[in-house]
Amino acid sequence: MKDRFNLYRFASPATFYPLAGRLIPWFTALAVIFGLAGLWIGMLVAPTDFQQGEGYRIIFIHVPASWMSMFIYLVMAFWAAIGLAFNTRLSGMMAQALAPTGALMAFISLWTGALWGKPMWGAWWVWDARLTSELILLFLYIGYMALTAAIDDVRRADKAGGLMLLVGVVNVPIIYFSVKWWNTLHQGSSINLTKSSMATTMLWGMLLMALCFWMYSIAVALVRARSIMLERERHTDWAKALLTGDEK
Amino acid sequence: MLEADNLECVRGERRLFAGLGFRLEAGELLYLQGKNGSGKTSLLRMLIGLLPPESGEIRWQGESIKTQADEFRANLCYLGHLNAIKEELTPLENLLAAARMADEILSEDDALDALEQVGLAGREDLACRYLSQGQKRRVALARLVKEKRPLWILDEPFVALDVAAVDWLAGIISGHLQRGGLAVMTTHQHVDIAAGAVRELRLS
Amino acid sequence: MLKIVTAVISRDLKLAMRRQADIVSALFFFIIVVSLFPLGIGPEPDLLRKLAPGVLWVAALLATMLSLPRLFADDHRDGTLEQLALSPYPLGLVVTGKVIAHWLVSGLPLALIAPVLGIQFDLSVDALLVLTGAILLGTPALSGIGAIGAALTLGLRGGGVLLSLLVLPLYIPVLIFGAGAVDATVAGLGGEGHLSLLAALTFASLGFAPWATAAALKIALE
Repeated sequence: MKDRFNLYRFASPATFYPLAGRLIPWFTALAVIFGLAGLWIGMLVAPTDFQQGEGYRIIFIHVPASWMSMFIYLVMAFWAAIGLAFNTRLSGMMAQALAPTGALMAFISLWTGALWGKPMWGAWWVWDARLTSELILLFLYIGYMALTAAIDDVRRADKAGGLMLLVGVVNVPIIYFSVKWWNTLHQGSSINLTKSSMATTMLWGMLLMALCFWMYSIAVALVRARSIMLERERHTDWAKALLTGDEK
Repeated sequence: MLEADNLECVRGERRLFAGLGFRLEAGELLYLQGKNGSGKTSLLRMLIGLLPPESGEIRWQGESIKTQADEFRANLCYLGHLNAIKEELTPLENLLAAARMADEILSEDDALDALEQVGLAGREDLACRYLSQGQKRRVALARLVKEKRPLWILDEPFVALDVAAVDWLAGIISGHLQRGGLAVMTTHQHVDIAAGAVRELRLS
Repeated sequence: MLKIVTAVISRDLKLAMRRQADIVSALFFFIIVVSLFPLGIGPEPDLLRKLAPGVLWVAALLATMLSLPRLFADDHRDGTLEQLALSPYPLGLVVTGKVIAHWLVSGLPLALIAPVLGIQFDLSVDALLVLTGAILLGTPALSGIGAIGAALTLGLRGGGVLLSLLVLPLYIPVLIFGAGAVDATVAGLGGEGHLSLLAALTFASLGFAPWATAAALKIALE
């Protein structure tokens, strides 16, 4: 890790590839540990909610997934900005590697939201501001993936995708506030998701699950980045050496 | 003075060329040669600043074209293999519109004169979609008649022209070089052009 | 600076005038879509009044989408886009001109025909006025944001569908405030707040979108 501050060296795929390979098992292990601890607290330790019964326990998945879906989009936009500013090869690959995980998180968030909504609100779907924004976020992820998939030239795909991400990041707050405003106009007193003060154990459970999702996202993103990298760089010396020599 | 230094071009997964450089002074002509797919058009697109080189630098009057983009483009006239004319507009409208977009001063009389020189007298008010391929190419070339900018970059300018038109165009380019202009062009034909010096660059 | 914008506008308008079929068909698409709704939901005036703002706005978004793929594609195909990119003016100004021209031939006709269609939905005179104003104010933002998508998808397979996928989510704020203005007027609350937010959106997107579009065009031209 002595090269930590040398961005260009770190950003070179030949350095990144083996480094990522060494990191993946650690992140996977952490994801499993945090996940088990979080589930244990969430499912067994945390008290049953007096209003919502056992059904509320889905928030231990729902809330971390929503956080991650938003956070991953920001991270992708960060990589996009780096990529467009410094023209580094790694950034585009990272953004593309993160996209499916981000979309998955948005989808999980919507799905668990619907599962939770049915007993809570009596409907699978309500046009709640947060749920609607999450849906739009999923659309943005899908748009990004469709755009990068449609462009054959990887350089152009990275740049165009990056620009789309930045446009999205500028728009996400505007979309969020407009949806929120629209929602309050149309629903009057809307349903408030987090009105009860959360018990400390619940907070811990959620925190652990969030860490688990975080580690999981890093691990899968690294795996995906490694395969994207190998595919794109298969003509370079280091990739050839790797493919013909020992699989490290 | 146009200089290229250590240019590298990568398209997709292929490296088309690397370590390419040249230097072109006022009044000189550079021929780019090479097979199809050797990167001639890519090099031209680098020279006009649309394609950033993988590595290396292009300088105009000693300064990188990246840092002086707007001024550089004000010195540049590029003719691609596409005609860049609008089928719905007449040749006259096309010329005038192109000049306005490029921030060049072109009076209607000059435009009419240019069209006459390329043999389109009497067709200046006919929408371009009614013209033949060769005639459309001439509309595109008519731009060069009154063009005063010092650097001309021409991609296959002689394609689809008959013998008389080739001679005429060679004369136009010679005149430009004699006025102290520079020209870079790709061509498959051999055409005699009077120039201060003719350089050749072969891409393989 | 203004010279290039007006030069691009006048060129694009001239081209559009010689291809009027495009403008007319987008307009008829708008009219037909809007007219289909009452047939689908029934003729009760109360229901129609309630649905009118949303229906008109969604139809306006879709009608704008129709003409977007061609915003740069024609210029790209015949090589004019390269020449525009080589103009000594910043590309963002050229794009501004193209966006304004696009609005003049796509957004403006929608705004002019909208009150007539609003009558089909039994809207009051006040609501009709606000509807026209909202479409006038909001459609430039649609052209501006749409231009980014059009530039990003330039020359791609299935570009048109992809374009809608990219651009429609970004249109949501315009839809909300545009339809909200009419809604609020119908409800007797006054639509000024919505209209001013809509104007803010339009100004922001006209300031920002052309430069993002220019960056996207440069990527596409590489």
